[in-house]
Amino acid sequence: MRDIRLLADPFDPSSSLEKLSEASPDSGGIASFIGKVRCGGGVEALELSHYEPLTLPGMDALADAAQERFELGGLVMLHRIGTMHPGDPIVLVAAAAPHRRDAIEAVDFCMDHLKSAAWFWKREKRADGWHWIEPREADHADLARWA
Amino acid sequence: MAVTILFLGPLRDIAGEDSREVSAPLDWPGLLDAVSGDVAAQLKEERVNIACAGKVLADKTLLHAEDGDEVALLPPVSGG
Repeated sequence: MRDIRLLADPFDPSSSLEKLSEASPDSGGIASFIGKVRCGGGVEALELSHYEPLTLPGMDALADAAQERFELGGLVMLHRIGTMHPGDPIVLVAAAAPHRRDAIEAVDFCMDHLKSAAWFWKREKRADGWHWIEPREADHADLARWA
Repeated sequence: MAVTILFLGPLRDIAGEDSREVSAPLDWPGLLDAVSGDVAAQLKEERVNIACAGKVLADKTLLHAEDGDEVALLPPVSGG
């Protein structure tokens, strides 16, 4: 199973995880990461914009790279676009694999690339208006681990 | 005829518009002339990329956009 998508509407990560599990009976393990909009900290809304010609093709190429690098039985990468609210899921990455380390590392690999090497732009709405979120130094350092 | 310049992410706020049409062909010096000084300053930074007709340019100074092409200005990304 391979499911790589951009989603304009809210989604339920648990149903995708269930499908991956059902579709990967030969995989001994599934690792997953769910990114959510933080509650508290004054964030009222979060908006993710993308660039159609690049964003999904870039995620597909990332999935190819993950499947080449790790031994996987299945890979799910779902990423929201549009406006989200505190508690909403932003991203789900899940990998099924015969052995745990491939599953765990594939999820880590995909998330590091989605954070700072995929074509998304994020801004947060606070009491005083919208603020663009710049990538952090730590995000670039995380990405460099896979070079 | 026209090339469409698309301002993405924070560059949209700096430009004050989503997109702009300029006459074709469009090269790097032409692009810097076509946008405001603030946007041009951003474009000169290494961390800002340019895509032409759906492909990210390895060297943005070699931009050569033809009639009908879309030139997307891509500031640093933040996903996840």
